Amino acid sequence: MDFVQNFPFFSILLSLGSGVLTSIMSKRVARLWNMFILIVITVMSAVLFVYLLGVREPYTFMMGHFPAPWGNEIRAGVLEAGMALFFCMIMLLSLIGGQEHLDKEIEDTKINLYYIMVNLLLSSLLALIYTNDLFTAYVFVEINTISACGLIMITQSGRTIEAATRYMIMASLGSGLLLMGLCVLYDITGHLLMSNIKDSVAFVYAQGTYNIPLVASIGMVVVGLAIKSALYPFHTWLPDAYGYSTVSSAAILSSLVSKGYIFLLIKIFFRVVGFEIIVDTRIVNILFVFGLLGMIMGSVNAILENDIRRMIAFSSVAQIGYIYMGFGLGTTMGIVASIFHILSHASTKSLLFVAGVGLTDASGESRKFADLTGSGFRNPMAGIAFTIGACSMVGIPLFSGFISKMQFAEAAVQNSLQKMLPTLICLAVSTVLNAIYFMKTVIRIYTPASKNVKRTQAGEAAIIGVKEHPLYNVALILMILLNVVLGCCSQPIVDWIIDGLAMFG
Amino acid sequence: MGGNLFVNYGEAVAMILFGIGFSNLLLQKNLIKKIIGLNIMDTATYLFLAEKGYIAGRVAPIVVNGNTSVEKYINPVPSGLVLTGIVVSVSVTALMLSLTIRLYRRYHTLDMDEISTMLKKEDQ
Repeated sequence: MDFVQNFPFFSILLSLGSGVLTSIMSKRVARLWNMFILIVITVMSAVLFVYLLGVREPYTFMMGHFPAPWGNEIRAGVLEAGMALFFCMIMLLSLIGGQEHLDKEIEDTKINLYYIMVNLLLSSLLALIYTNDLFTAYVFVEINTISACGLIMITQSGRTIEAATRYMIMASLGSGLLLMGLCVLYDITGHLLMSNIKDSVAFVYAQGTYNIPLVASIGMVVVGLAIKSALYPFHTWLPDAYGYSTVSSAAILSSLVSKGYIFLLIKIFFRVVGFEIIVDTRIVNILFVFGLLGMIMGSVNAILENDIRRMIAFSSVAQIGYIYMGFGLGTTMGIVASIFHILSHASTKSLLFVAGVGLTDASGESRKFADLTGSGFRNPMAGIAFTIGACSMVGIPLFSGFISKMQFAEAAVQNSLQKMLPTLICLAVSTVLNAIYFMKTVIRIYTPASKNVKRTQAGEAAIIGVKEHPLYNVALILMILLNVVLGCCSQPIVDWIIDGLAMFG
Repeated sequence: MGGNLFVNYGEAVAMILFGIGFSNLLLQKNLIKKIIGLNIMDTATYLFLAEKGYIAGRVAPIVVNGNTSVEKYINPVPSGLVLTGIVVSVSVTALMLSLTIRLYRRYHTLDMDEISTMLKKEDQ
């Protein structure tokens, strides 16, 4: 066994352990330590990714001393390693971009607690990506939820506590369903390791004796994870949670936390149940309908919103709808498009959140659209970044959003007519709606502020120079680069996703 | 179908309890009642696992008198899962309760809807 193969285990353990360590550190040391650990894990994931691209073969890693049917396992292929690398990068950039706000909005004694949550969140995300054991996945789903709740409520205001409570209620509903589904699945198949369950499920499904419990358990798992990742009718907690938490939290929550659950769902589709059976049980059709609903309703809600942060949050509802719509197409192409959209949405949404906060800072901390007029001139870097993020979300070529929309359309065209037409129509409508609220904002921030507009807070807002916030600008530039790379060099990335999915099952 | 339901009455009860807990967590306005619903839901899952793990007439999986025959013992894995699940649900409950305390101190009510209306008023 190569030494590199230990890296998934190392990275999970490292972030878990450093989470505990940061509790006794001072604010400054905790921040540096957290950066260091994040960079180390990013580098390890990158090395593993390159190694796996060379080997082109997934491997399983035995956790503890007991072999396959009983012990716990880690399984890594190119898709997992690439996802881990991507998640680490986004987390690093979101933390750098929101650092000043962390200092401003969180009490000094609590900043190291914030880094505990970040580390626990990262370790649970990595574990969700790498684990090959369903019950381990459940435990880390819970760790993910609890640390995400901590990220929301670290800024102590009525809004955030209420948002965290709502989030916990919805998440508990989701994890209750997930746990029950896993228990029934374990009961039917007698295994907890994903690969073993797949064999048993294929056997049981072919026999046809336990079809109702099997479909019910898969349904519970899928609905549970859909609730946790805020698919449309279950999105009520989302705007408050993303809108009022500190900016790093919002960026991390929208681009990573929900994506971790979605990645687990893809894993369940391909490795636990088998995609043919999932399609055959027609569970995907339900996801398809709710995905389409989410695409439209999320955008409509975003148009009605008068608060830039909440508008970006509602846009997440629409984008989660896109991802589930890709699942609903029921083809591998649809899943590839969804995975690409996970990447594209994660990079764009974190960019939008971080850029949005720069704009509100330049408008005297106000988040209302009326006060944002001309803020693109007051904070040029944030204005440019927001415009690029908006273009990407709408689907302008050169940026990542365009590629994911094209992938969705391609996947839809190869599908049957019943699914092709609604998909294409909803894609078109949703794109127009996206354009309405994003372009409205972009035009607003580049309209010179007339002198009649009164600034209620803090008098005339100061012009924020590019040089004043070096870290913030570096984070924005890196995010823009990531976005453009996803948009311009999409073919290797799509090939990577297709390869990864092939060795996923 | 109906016969199976009667034989596996433990599992059936677990499922009914799960439904009760789930709807309580979803529909109750009072936060404490929501948390009670959460606990009922989790406990129902453990009941289900315990029912599934037990095989009538067998003993706890501890080797006595050197008898290592598989036929003698029950399946130990569900018990392990129940233990893990209990730990998870304890921590989730503790977190929910602490959030409830904070909300109560701020708004002097346990009603989620009232808290939302107060928040809306705060904004204006």
